[in-house]
Amino acid sequence: MKKRLGVFICHCGVNIAGTVDVKSVAEKIGKIEDVAHSTDYIYMCSDPGQQIIRDAIREKSLDGVVVACCSPSMHENTFRKAVRSQGMNPYLCEIANIREQCSWVHQKEKEEATQKAEEIIQATLEKVRKNDPLEAISVAINRRVLVIGGGIAGITASLDLAEGGYEVILLEREEALGGHMAQLSRTFPDLDPAFSGLHLKALEVEKHPKIHLYCYSELEEVKGYVGNFELILRKKATSVNEKKCTGCGLCIENCPVEFASVFERGMGMRKAIDTLYPSSVPNKPVIHREHCRFFIDGSCHRCEEVCPEKAIDFKQEDERILEKVGAIVVATGYELYPKEKLGEYGYGEISDVIDGIAFERMISPNGPTKGKIIRPSDGKVPKEMVFIQCVASRDPDRYMPYCSRICCMYTAKHATIYKEQVPDGQPYIFYMDVRSDCKGYEEFLQKTIEEKGLLYLRGRVSKVFQDDGRVRVLGVDTLTGKMVEVAADMVVLATAMIPSDGVKDLAAKLRATVDRHGFLTEAHIKLYPVESSTKGIYLAGCGQSPKDISDTVSQASATASKIQALLSTDKLLQDPLIAFVDEGICSGCGICVEICPYEAREMEPHRGISVVHSALCQGCGACIASCPNNACELRNASANQVIRMLDTFI
Amino acid sequence: METVTGKGKVSVSFLEEVMRKSGENLNLCYQCLKCTVGCPTAPYMDIRPNNIIRMIQMGMKKEVLGSSAIWFCVYCQTCGTRCPNEIHIGVLMDALREMAIEEGVPAKEKNIHLFHEAFIQSVRRGGRAHEVTMLMEYMLRSKDMMKGSLIPGMKLFLKGKFPLLPSFIKERGEIKRIFEKCQTKIKE
Repeated sequence: MKKRLGVFICHCGVNIAGTVDVKSVAEKIGKIEDVAHSTDYIYMCSDPGQQIIRDAIREKSLDGVVVACCSPSMHENTFRKAVRSQGMNPYLCEIANIREQCSWVHQKEKEEATQKAEEIIQATLEKVRKNDPLEAISVAINRRVLVIGGGIAGITASLDLAEGGYEVILLEREEALGGHMAQLSRTFPDLDPAFSGLHLKALEVEKHPKIHLYCYSELEEVKGYVGNFELILRKKATSVNEKKCTGCGLCIENCPVEFASVFERGMGMRKAIDTLYPSSVPNKPVIHREHCRFFIDGSCHRCEEVCPEKAIDFKQEDERILEKVGAIVVATGYELYPKEKLGEYGYGEISDVIDGIAFERMISPNGPTKGKIIRPSDGKVPKEMVFIQCVASRDPDRYMPYCSRICCMYTAKHATIYKEQVPDGQPYIFYMDVRSDCKGYEEFLQKTIEEKGLLYLRGRVSKVFQDDGRVRVLGVDTLTGKMVEVAADMVVLATAMIPSDGVKDLAAKLRATVDRHGFLTEAHIKLYPVESSTKGIYLAGCGQSPKDISDTVSQASATASKIQALLSTDKLLQDPLIAFVDEGICSGCGICVEICPYEAREMEPHRGISVVHSALCQGCGACIASCPNNACELRNASANQVIRMLDTFI
Repeated sequence: METVTGKGKVSVSFLEEVMRKSGENLNLCYQCLKCTVGCPTAPYMDIRPNNIIRMIQMGMKKEVLGSSAIWFCVYCQTCGTRCPNEIHIGVLMDALREMAIEEGVPAKEKNIHLFHEAFIQSVRRGGRAHEVTMLMEYMLRSKDMMKGSLIPGMKLFLKGKFPLLPSFIKERGEIKRIFEKCQTKIKE
């Protein structure tokens, strides 16, 4: 039966009509045999414009529509909704892009542009003639969420989701929650204690009935797709039965083995059995088998002897846990650029040159110095302090090209706290620019400079070296153009933020992408900043880009609300424009299974052919191009259709 | 480039001294250069006003007190009115001039300090500057007859900007007290 097609040509103001002679195109197209209706209008996407389409479908009983207008990414959805309202299958409506691909690029060749617009419309008509009516694919959805990372981002996202009624699995690599925020002293700009606020939130997570907390655990494997992820988690052996352990701490007191604590940035010691930090959440100790004498040579059982609850379990093994979730939040956080790699700052060999987190530990009341600022080398109070900003940040040639965003403010905070503790000390701050772009930051900065007499030196440091028990800092003040030399007692480097260890492997498991520095990439920097380009994977915190606590918390809450929207329905609807297999032709060679980037192709062993997993397929066409027998086709973009479309152009 | 600090630290004592004597909080300056771009005499200065503040922060006492800039400032207050951080550079320059005199740092320009002193004396006498007596005092002390300024001077005279007789303020005793108070403060 002959089709009855409708063509609707948009002027887009003067965007199209200024170049393309829309009237003559509409007239010519209207003469095509199966075109029952052809018209033009100033703005097809407007309400009256859509009404024209709706009326024509009804009055002329159309069974296919071509709208010649802007890119389908702008208004395909608008027009498909409009045709659906008249009972037409939305996949019988196609967009002919005559703006971005025609009028905008041929503004000086009006005649040719008019002809090209006509051909684009004719090609699209060819497509519509062979389009099948399709229905969106409906997929059942698992309404649980995995949150990877137990820092402030992961904690916030988990709490928001759990409060919304969704079950959350929170995964943390370390022994306890908190992430880097647990290491901080006070937060800018209000100088509030960081730990107490964090601790409250962590306790809330631990007690929440909807949150399943797995600490000392990692994600081993992920399968599946949005709405239906299957996970394998590995819970590492803690050698302590957490059900029996009361957290009394006797084992920690009695453990004879000490080693340098990473949490304390090497400035403090920790025991072979202990918690990550005092009153950690959860507050259960872990045996570090690589340091424990029982595991090295079996010579020590002290913890087992003193434990009143008999909770020590040397035989405990790693546990593999299977879970199913519908969405995943990646909140993997950051690390600081290792100072050992920085030549001009002493390669990390000068003990009085420390990084920002080490200084945070030093000024934290629960830190290795009980909050006192002292030189790591001799324990004396430093009277001349040098703070260096932009260390390894904003250096595209050798280190990281980006701005780490938090260093300006935390350096101002550090210098303030230093000046509070050592009023007769002199802080010098080397900077390139001072960036204080959030609420209250500029005021905080100006206030500290005004009240604390911080000396800001605009310039870089060329060399930091040990000389006569002091740390000599050579630099420049570009505002006076003079070289500056400071014989400092201590130097704090504001080193660049980099993605935390292992993010690349994790991203590969999740099929999420990372940028060249290893930060997870968002689907769109402006419009989809918390979604990964892989559906169902969401990003929060510094794993995506350097940011401060306020921004991290905002982003975490944003991911939580996005996920709540995703999981608010029972079924997920997916675009049906995906691959399908002509089972009579498929020889079962399996090339498509290898080539599919979404793991959507699978061999069916009984019939010996390859099938498409409709929920996973993104319609990229890789299998179609690679199939040696032309057994695969893409729905509504079959080889037949594409060749007919090409024919109209040639 | 020369090194500011031979060995040891950037001296903050100069900054503190200037802040105390001028009453201006120089820590606030973030080098926006609003002062310098508006200053009518900045094009003639050897060091621009914003750089003067920076050099004070850096403890460069010798360079600052020995500069021509501090003597070129005419105290028009454009800088202080516009400064986003309320630093009155006119007041600062005045304090620096007094410090230079105290420290015996000579100005680069011949006689420029005599002009400054004649101005101060004039204010001291009447509570406001009287141009004719001020210039007479300057000419007598400096032996500079200001021949180049004769024609502009005549123009000003014809416009009534050079009144022959001084006008004094009502409470001259107050001015006297201010000067006495300042001097005892400087001595402290």
